[in-house]
Amino acid sequence: MSEELLAPLAGKIIQIDVKVGDKVEEDDDAMVIEAMKMETPIYIPCDGTVAKLNVKEGDEVEEDAVLLVVE
Amino acid sequence: MFDALQFLTTTTGFWHLTPGMMFMWVVGLVLIYLAISKQYEPLLLLPIGFGIILANLPLAGLMAPEEGLLWKFYEYGIHWEIIPPLIFLGLGALTDFGPLLSMPSLIFLGAAAQGGVYLTFFIANTFLGFDFMESATIGIIGGADGPTTIFLASKLAPHMLGICAVAAYSYMALVPIIQPPVMKALTTDKERKIRMKKGRKVNKLEKLLFPIVATFVIILIVPASAPLISMFMVGNLFRESKVVERLTKASQEELLNIATIFLGLPVGATMNAENFLQWKVIFIFVLGLCAFILSTAVGVCIAKVMNLFRKNKINPLLGAAGVSAVPMAARVVHKVGQQADKKNYLLMYAMGPNVAGVIGTVIAAGIFLTLLQ
Repeated sequence: MSEELLAPLAGKIIQIDVKVGDKVEEDDDAMVIEAMKMETPIYIPCDGTVAKLNVKEGDEVEEDAVLLVVE
Repeated sequence: MFDALQFLTTTTGFWHLTPGMMFMWVVGLVLIYLAISKQYEPLLLLPIGFGIILANLPLAGLMAPEEGLLWKFYEYGIHWEIIPPLIFLGLGALTDFGPLLSMPSLIFLGAAAQGGVYLTFFIANTFLGFDFMESATIGIIGGADGPTTIFLASKLAPHMLGICAVAAYSYMALVPIIQPPVMKALTTDKERKIRMKKGRKVNKLEKLLFPIVATFVIILIVPASAPLISMFMVGNLFRESKVVERLTKASQEELLNIATIFLGLPVGATMNAENFLQWKVIFIFVLGLCAFILSTAVGVCIAKVMNLFRKNKINPLLGAAGVSAVPMAARVVHKVGQQADKKNYLLMYAMGPNVAGVIGTVIAAGIFLTLLQ
């Protein structure tokens, strides 16, 4: 089973706290997105391993972009 | 020889200093301090603070009618209604109406928050003896929109312009402190946790049509709001048309920055010791705060009332974003929402009522102008 983490709002990724292969738990810090000059932390959606990471620090993302996949 | 020396001293400012002037220096310096060290609305409080000092230098005559430099800025910039509309041009070019169009029903929250403006108007008029024009100017502080406050004050109560502008900008800087206790007191933890259903997608044509349609509708209904609304919407049309990048950029950046400089200095300079050192000033500050609190409270309450009729509940915190301090009020909503549920992202939803609040405040000012002038 895998779950995607979608960007809850459009903005710039300014910090990523995980890398591919990391074991993660639901609600762990995943990354920090900057929108409207405010930093918003976003969290891992479910327990598992980070299988895919689609963004790097500095990327601009649209709302609903797939940021990472947890398996 | 002694006489000549004595004459020379009388030509210096020192000879004409009054305690009131020196007190105003302190007021100006405090604003400059807050702008620099606390970063309270520095773009405005810094020039305003300096303007206050300049206006209280004896013999300098910067505010002398017809002659003084700052008087000219004031007369031709603010009294002639040029600078606040130019600021609105820039704000229009910076505003994305997408979040509002995506959930049009949230426009009511932008209107609801103006309730605080009217409540404060009645309080100031009924209980504290301010006349109608002064009360309207004080009430509009609750709209949390600086240029609108200045615009209305210059027409209804110019003697209170500086104080009301300083109150509006100070409280705007304090929105993250003023709003959360009110929002938390009026909502339950469960309500704060409500996650919003995604809004519909907004296409380019809608965004393009919005400023045109809004111009017709708003100016036909409240003609007195025309100077601000027209510039706001033309700025927005520049932005959404995507074909006049240069004009959009000029409106958003250079022109807005220039207008801000010419706004801050003369607004500060209206605050001379005579105008400022009155008991009334304390009431203005208290009422301004009261207007902010009431606007927040009314916004949240109306959101809860809307929920009685809605299948998809909205998070009542969004009501607080109707206070138009853009985007501070929306950020506050977002933060308070995340405190209740860290995966609740309200920022973009809050931008809807937030930009609606700007329009709401301009309309409220237009209604005051229509009724009182």
